[in-house]
Amino acid sequence: MKPTDTQLLEQEPCSTGAPGPSRLEVSRRDFFKSLGSGVMVLFLAPAALAQEAGGFGRRGRGGQASDEISAWLHIGEDGIVTVYTGKAEVGQNIRTSLTQAVAEELRAPVSAIKMVMADTDLVPYDAGTFGSQTTPQMASRLHRVAAAAREALLDLAADYLKTDRALLLVEDGKIFKANADRNEAVTFGQLTKGQKITRAVNDSTPVTPAGKWTVAGTSVPKVDGRDFVTGRHKYSSDMKLPGMLFAKRLRPATFGAKVVSLDTKAAEAMEGAKVVRDGDFIGVVAPDSLQAEHALNAIKVEWSAPGNQPSSASIYDYLRQNVAGGGGRGGRGGGPAPAGAGGAEPAAAPAGGRTLKQTYTVAYIAHTPLEPRAAVASWKDDKLTVWTGTQRPFGVRTELAQALGIAEERIRVIVPDTGSGYGGKHTGEAAVEAARFSKAAGQPVKLVWTRQEEFTWAYFRPAGVIDITSSVRDDGTLVWWEAANYQSGSPGLQSPYRIPAGNQRTAFYPTRAPLTIGSYRALASTANHFAREVHMDELARLLKMDPLEFRLKNLADARLRAVFEAAAQAFGWGGAKAPAGHGFGIAGGTEKNSYVATCAEVLADAASGTVKVLRAVTAFDCGAVVNPNHLKNQIEGAMMMGLGGVLFEAITFKDGMITNPHLADYRVPRFTDLPKMEVILIDRKDIASAGAGETPIVGIAPAVGNAIFDAINIRLRSMPLAPDGLKG
Amino acid sequence: MPKVTELEVNGKTVPVNADGERSLLSVLRDDLDLTGSKYGCGEGQCGACTVLLDGAPARSCILPVGSVGQRKITTIESLEKDGQLHPLQEAFLKMDAMQCGYCTSGMILSAYALLQKSRDPSENEIIRAMSGNICRCGVYQRIIAAIREGAKAMPAK
Repeated sequence: MKPTDTQLLEQEPCSTGAPGPSRLEVSRRDFFKSLGSGVMVLFLAPAALAQEAGGFGRRGRGGQASDEISAWLHIGEDGIVTVYTGKAEVGQNIRTSLTQAVAEELRAPVSAIKMVMADTDLVPYDAGTFGSQTTPQMASRLHRVAAAAREALLDLAADYLKTDRALLLVEDGKIFKANADRNEAVTFGQLTKGQKITRAVNDSTPVTPAGKWTVAGTSVPKVDGRDFVTGRHKYSSDMKLPGMLFAKRLRPATFGAKVVSLDTKAAEAMEGAKVVRDGDFIGVVAPDSLQAEHALNAIKVEWSAPGNQPSSASIYDYLRQNVAGGGGRGGRGGGPAPAGAGGAEPAAAPAGGRTLKQTYTVAYIAHTPLEPRAAVASWKDDKLTVWTGTQRPFGVRTELAQALGIAEERIRVIVPDTGSGYGGKHTGEAAVEAARFSKAAGQPVKLVWTRQEEFTWAYFRPAGVIDITSSVRDDGTLVWWEAANYQSGSPGLQSPYRIPAGNQRTAFYPTRAPLTIGSYRALASTANHFAREVHMDELARLLKMDPLEFRLKNLADARLRAVFEAAAQAFGWGGAKAPAGHGFGIAGGTEKNSYVATCAEVLADAASGTVKVLRAVTAFDCGAVVNPNHLKNQIEGAMMMGLGGVLFEAITFKDGMITNPHLADYRVPRFTDLPKMEVILIDRKDIASAGAGETPIVGIAPAVGNAIFDAINIRLRSMPLAPDGLKG
Repeated sequence: MPKVTELEVNGKTVPVNADGERSLLSVLRDDLDLTGSKYGCGEGQCGACTVLLDGAPARSCILPVGSVGQRKITTIESLEKDGQLHPLQEAFLKMDAMQCGYCTSGMILSAYALLQKSRDPSENEIIRAMSGNICRCGVYQRIIAAIREGAKAMPAK
């Protein structure tokens, strides 16, 4: 790398006439003061790209927020490499994949790199860990940061070894002359000793091409796996502080209920328990969780009855009738909104062709992370520290600041690697509650939501209604496509199949929601792929064409074709017909720059209503693969989790209350639901790596739905497909 | 319920001072700092809280500590000996049989109990024995592979 490729911070002009040091100089002094001497490399997101900036940089001190910085790396005088990022580990194995990015460029062992993640006092601002952005965005930035650090070390080594820089090699965390004895190598620590070197990089900083990766692109094991198999890893819910109390919040009897009368005398009389009340925020703290539970149960409260509240039994009519703002929003690349719910008829139905109009629905479902919402809060000298599992540590810090009326600078949110999220932990409910209880009690407080609370007071994946109207010629050429989604969103609504110009219309209608809704792993994409890929199957059946052949006939996208063909081949699609009672289904699509195709085999029996997914094969292309084993794990997990939404997961509600808020009533996939699974990775070293946490989930639902039709000739268009067996 | 004053945990008799009505899970986690066992549902449905009582898997979240008596409690913390992982722990690592890891302690202990009874369980036996443990990340296929791998590596009985 030439010096011109790297902005040296020392050269950053601060001569705009403004008094005082530049932001970056302040940052630089800050860094070395707290981290010690060495080499520091910062990633500066160009202002135009810094969509996730705008919050605070490092502590946002003194108005000198370094808000463009999105990650940094420090190599100390001891040679220890520490990387700071706001991304949170929730089981997607980014602690490992981001370490690989750094190890790759730094030519240092994975074990020599420490990732500091999701601690708002220690890491630069980050909007959060969602949208499959960690790999395309943060890993790419860390590649650049580490590459620049390596170049800085090479500069130092050339001086240290008094040699031509071009003759130096970096390997295994050491630098040596290519032709000299490796015993003469210098370590990173020798080079960084006494140095205070800062560099800043941006998206144009060159990195190692994926074709030359030796650490990235390989199946590095989970870096801290040992902590999990020994039970040593401390999740938020495992934190313990001296004098810590346990809190329980009094929950309303129904959504929207208000306190009518309250009697806390019995609870207050209980030894060790303290009742906390601040308006409708009511609860107890006690030295152990059972005492807290007893005290909570001793509170006598009367709640206002809810008015008329919608129920899950009529939810799809409700969504159609409660469009917010009255208008549709065109999806990505979408055209004008169709007139009315079903959309306009095709401008001209093609002669000899067929038109199909169908509606598909998906239910509200719960993320059901195995670690429920949990937080430990502690106040010390007016500074609040909260440990909590969230995908948005800085967002939760803002929530805390607003709820407690204190400045963000006085709040530290620490996110230990968390017991999963799936898009369900964007918010800080437990964090805010723990902080309020702790403030009232004057002692540290732990608050762990019960499973029932998690099933009731968290947010849900939106339900959705999707209308599709299509026309197809008898030869199988699609000529018209119109899709409208109510409530769940627009991603995945646009068809990837070839539709004549101007003949594709999509619309998204946000609606009122009877339940709190929020993010979920590929939420709208799952709904819209289910609708589209089942609809494609229906068209193929109308035309008596093979469902794969019909898709390929209408598909120009080479990457999507490739995953369809790879999945079909591995599955044995087009070979022998399924035996009696068995059915085969195929589906696929693209989302967030990844491509997926899934084939499924089911065993179904219309008479008894039983259905079992026997086999699922997914082919996946997300560009250059970062960690093949972890990627396969992620895809298998997505298929498995997806099966729940396909077959039986649905939140039911009535009169302002969830009616199945227990794992005994809300069935999630178990060992007994496991199909034989196979994953085929298409590793495109020539294409930048995209994220993979979400897209692999979108193929399984339509593949299973289509397989059920193949088995028993019954078309199911409402997810879950078999909540109480196929008859349900 | 009377107070519980001692428990037999991981081969040691440890003093406690707990209301017998409290869950074993709470006493292990909050009083004895054995936080490897997890709260997942409090309803005995997910298996994250699994510990062994005299070698048999038990749901510690719904088990009053007062009912444990003299039974020997085994938690995940006892499997590693002198810095050496148990073969089952090694197998979970080798097969990458976890994502977020929150279910892992319970999975390993349920599998450990199974392998004490049957050193070479069939896939169906594994599925049956493990069906009370939920992995929401969905890594069941890998957990089965890890149990088979662990079984191979365990010393013969």
